[in-house]
Amino acid sequence: MAYLTDRKRAEGLGSAKEGTHHHWLMMVSSASLAVLTPFFLFTFAPMLGKPHADVVAYFGQPFPAIITALMIAATFMHFKNGVQALIEDYVHGVARKIAIIGTICLSYVAAATGLFAIARMAL
Amino acid sequence: MPDVNRGNRPLSPHLTIYRPQITSISSILTRITGNALLLSALLVVWWLLAAATSPSAFALADGILTSIFGKLVLVLSLWGLCYHLLAGLRHLYWDTGGSMEIVWAEKLGWACVIGSVMLTAICVAIIWEIA
Repeated sequence: MAYLTDRKRAEGLGSAKEGTHHHWLMMVSSASLAVLTPFFLFTFAPMLGKPHADVVAYFGQPFPAIITALMIAATFMHFKNGVQALIEDYVHGVARKIAIIGTICLSYVAAATGLFAIARMAL
Repeated sequence: MPDVNRGNRPLSPHLTIYRPQITSISSILTRITGNALLLSALLVVWWLLAAATSPSAFALADGILTSIFGKLVLVLSLWGLCYHLLAGLRHLYWDTGGSMEIVWAEKLGWACVIGSVMLTAICVAIIWEIA
């Protein structure tokens, strides 16, 4: 310990740790979602309550399939990073790590499930 | 090591001491809507998976989402989405360094709250038309 300078002891212990990387990810995903959201809303919402065959045929088309797939991927990556900020504010210690890992797992499982559903209808 | 004993120093005032303001409320709403939208996103994924699985699975998911309760949840989700979208655009705008003054933060806060309700109504009307 005595051989470490004050600077060396403090380095990497700041609240930022990875600098602005997390913020940049939020900016990229929010900007893309701002564009995707209206496209998704007006392709997805009108299909609620439609007959099953119509829904499957609809998501078999390129535009609805690609928009919905992009929306699912961007949403859950944005969610994964956004919830991490929430957890870091209110949860501490080991529970924080468990909560963040749980959120990451849930995000990928939900994204994979949604993409599988689209792929199954589209291909 | 420094900071081993932080002592019993007074902490700076936190949430409980402040009267609600549009700046704080609009910020808190951003977080609440963003996290609550998980439920909506999972409902959408469930509906899509059901559509990809079988007509009976779809009938169940679609029946619940288009029931009165389901529609209520979806319209609330739509409002949450509209609010979170406007608040997110506000954040992206702030990131450019614009309108950081309190008076503008307050105006933009009200714009998010009022705008989200208007945007929800417009979206419902459009979806109603094209559905």
